[in-house]
Amino acid sequence: MSRQKTILFACGTGIATSTAVNVAVTEAMKKRGLTFNAQQAKATEVPGLADSVDFIVATTPISASVTKPVIKGLAFLTGIGKDKVLDEIEAQLRK
Amino acid sequence: MSDGLMQLLDPDAIVLGSDASTNEEIIRILAGRLEALGYVKSSYADAVVRREMTIPTGLPLERADNVAVPHTDPEHVLRPGIAMGTLRKPVTFANMEDPDEKLQVGFVFLLAINDKDKQIEALQSVMATIQNPDALDGLRSARSLDDVRAVLG
Repeated sequence: MSRQKTILFACGTGIATSTAVNVAVTEAMKKRGLTFNAQQAKATEVPGLADSVDFIVATTPISASVTKPVIKGLAFLTGIGKDKVLDEIEAQLRK
Repeated sequence: MSDGLMQLLDPDAIVLGSDASTNEEIIRILAGRLEALGYVKSSYADAVVRREMTIPTGLPLERADNVAVPHTDPEHVLRPGIAMGTLRKPVTFANMEDPDEKLQVGFVFLLAINDKDKQIEALQSVMATIQNPDALDGLRSARSLDDVRAVLG
């Protein structure tokens, strides 16, 4: 892996659920031996920030105009399907 | 079964077995408690209700009574706090990830958050409770603060 990747965590306010998801992903990736830079934003701010990050993990719908990969992060709130989403994130980080 | 949420929930902001019949009604009941207790400004309730219409907070848990975590921007919050309501009959919230999908919600955690770096633990313990089916079952049948304490520790 060359440079450290940046994940943009997005939710409605950019402060509540994106924080919970950021912490959960950071801890889980550490266990898999992976680190990354994290940013957080409101879903509405994502189109303006997407160019400067590698991919997005979001708990709310993201504008279709965003061309970077968007991974659904709700699993980290509900606990359902978490491992599958972690695998998706790991694959993006190892690209 | 202790996940520390009890330390963050104000006992006076817990409403058990509410007869509220809409998401707005339960949000306003819980927001009223947070406002009376000095956690949020008078603008908070309207802001949460308005936000719920466009950016909903229902979480699908594959059960008959799902969870919602309504909240809003930090400018309406005076100090961090959490209110909790359980509903006698589930009310409809939209799915956070897919606002066109309606969910039947039996548990509402109303969040007053204003500093993400200091409130990570609070958020984590809410999420731990949401992800614990036994805790939710215990809360559903709780009829007193002691019952809630027994579940949340």
